[in-house]
Amino acid sequence: MLLYILRRLVLLLPVLLGLTLLLFIVARILPGDPVGLAAGPNATPELIAQMKRELGLDQPLPVQYWDYLTGLVSGDWGMSVFTRRPVFADIVEYLPATIELVFASLFIAVVIGIPLGLLTAVYKNGALDYATRTVALGGIAMPRFFLGLLLQMAFAAWLDVLPLSGRYPLIESPPDHVTGLYTIDAVIAGDWYAFQIALSHLALPAIAMALSPLATIMRMMRASTIEVLQQDYVMTERALGLSNRLILFKYVLKNAMTSTLTVIGLYVSWLLGGTVLVETVFDWPGLGLYATQAILTQDFMPVIGVTLIIAIIYLVTMLVVDLLYGVFNPKVRYA
Amino acid sequence: MTLLDIRNLNLAMKSYEGETQILHGIDLKIERGEIWGMVGETGSGKSLTGLSVSRLVPSPPGRYVAGSIKFRGKDVLQATDREMRGLRGRHIGMIFQDPTTNLNPAFRIGTQLVDVALHAGHADPSVLGLNPGASRGDLKKAARRAAVEMLEKVGIAKAAERIHDYPHQFSGGMRQRALIAMAMIGKPDLLIADEPTTALDVSVQAQILRLIHDLVTERNIGVLLITHNLGVVAQICSHVAVMYRGRILEAGKVDDVLKRPSHSYTQALLHSVPTAHTKRGELKGLNGLMPETAA
Ligand SMILES: Nc1ncnc2c1ncn2[C@@H]1O[C@H](COP(=O)(O)OP(=O)(O)O)[C@@H](O)[C@H]1O
Ligand SMILES: [Mg+2]
Repeated sequence: MLLYILRRLVLLLPVLLGLTLLLFIVARILPGDPVGLAAGPNATPELIAQMKRELGLDQPLPVQYWDYLTGLVSGDWGMSVFTRRPVFADIVEYLPATIELVFASLFIAVVIGIPLGLLTAVYKNGALDYATRTVALGGIAMPRFFLGLLLQMAFAAWLDVLPLSGRYPLIESPPDHVTGLYTIDAVIAGDWYAFQIALSHLALPAIAMALSPLATIMRMMRASTIEVLQQDYVMTERALGLSNRLILFKYVLKNAMTSTLTVIGLYVSWLLGGTVLVETVFDWPGLGLYATQAILTQDFMPVIGVTLIIAIIYLVTMLVVDLLYGVFNPKVRYA
Repeated sequence: MTLLDIRNLNLAMKSYEGETQILHGIDLKIERGEIWGMVGETGSGKSLTGLSVSRLVPSPPGRYVAGSIKFRGKDVLQATDREMRGLRGRHIGMIFQDPTTNLNPAFRIGTQLVDVALHAGHADPSVLGLNPGASRGDLKKAARRAAVEMLEKVGIAKAAERIHDYPHQFSGGMRQRALIAMAMIGKPDLLIADEPTTALDVSVQAQILRLIHDLVTERNIGVLLITHNLGVVAQICSHVAVMYRGRILEAGKVDDVLKRPSHSYTQALLHSVPTAHTKRGELKGLNGLMPETAA
């Protein structure tokens, strides 16, 4: 098992290498003059040349790539022309906000989607089934940023019960940094007030991102539950007197989870990618906002960095999903 | 009191074409200590009769048009869902045909056994050798002990270790043994076994039948053994009911029915069983006797 994980991690290296090369090439081919943009309209050619030298942009491309690669390993992910800070430091700062948002939406989607999927499978074609089916259709079809805007209008502008945007009030200081996830840090600090503040800011963007995965997970769970309910072993469990609750939430659930797990794993990358728009709508200081800003200013090192970190998270998630298959399906062997 | 008394059972099934009557007035009485074989070709209604006893026929499409199924004097067709659950696993044990599909692949054999034992123990702690009002912890401990003992009893070597196995780590024969253990762990008064050896290798069929026979004889319980193999009936049953197109054509002691079959269908059925003395080409088919309800 440990060996399997190690081997899978080693196999990730060529994937990451290929990805960095691809990103590097794309970034250099893209038109645009980030240095000129950063230096401002009144910069002299000497100043621009000096900035290029400082950033290593006067070197041949292979040298630039090699420098970039060796830098990556030592934590030097290049400089952002726009923020004038190391990209790695920027990512370390922005990543927790994105992780918090992604996991909050995934949490909502899983915790609501799975039981709803089970129940709509049991009460197939009942009122709950029809109601959730309609909402699910809308949830899958509606763009996230648009849903985000609707939520802002309803809960922030109209009802005025939740903050419009942002992650934490600027005039207050967030809970002590432990994980960087404000809700978790507030719990660790035992600060109930900070937790409420953090959660109220997190709610709307998380819901906006959660609806589509929630709907998909629910439909997926419904389909696989219906299939599992027809299996012979469910009849045996019923015939031997096990309660419906035990059969559904223990014996059926675990079997139905296998196919749903794939969807959950895929949604992690979908959510990470989706943060770009949602973070912009909600002014959520995460990787998405950082990347948007970088793209708009043709600042390519941050773009490469963000893409890379998202790819790493995605690949690790897929590994975790593969390991979880073994939890839900004991026939899976790691070899 | 009669253990199981089925009277005039009429079951209809709804389908797209309308309602078809499947069981036409089944009468069957099973006492403790009797092993009833139920024979008949595919589609004659054997399984639905067996499932009806535990009221496991889904409804819809199933509908009981008339009749009663008295188990220890109480009609299961009139019982509440709660009462039914109290009977299942505790008073009525069931074994189905295919051991590969009837065990839950995602859970350890022990987990599945313990849950059935706990269910039976909650209803009646004496099943697990406990006094009424036993604590949850006691029940759990006793259920775990009972699971190992039962697995040993059905002939699984090193039961204390194998209890942690998943079904796919068991062979077909062992899986059916595990399912027999699950059906018997609640100390039922009646065991319904629906073709328990049909899906097994010929080499293990006899062992499994012998196991069922020994267990039920030791506990002196009633058995309904559904099979389409008259050889099986002759070997381990005390009584036999011959089913054909949703009716019981004849029923009685094995010796009477098999030696002096009164019905031409039973005679034909007997002739279709190969024996050591059957010559090649002598086997008779049952032409023209396929039930109309069969798919
Ligand atoms: N769910 C169902 N819906 C409609 N008809 C059914 C259903 N289950 C069984 N039947 C019909 O009932 C008849 C008896 O089935 P069954 O009891 O399974 O027969 P056996 O076990 O003797 O082979 C068959 O003709 C079958 O087609
Ligand atoms: Mg059958």
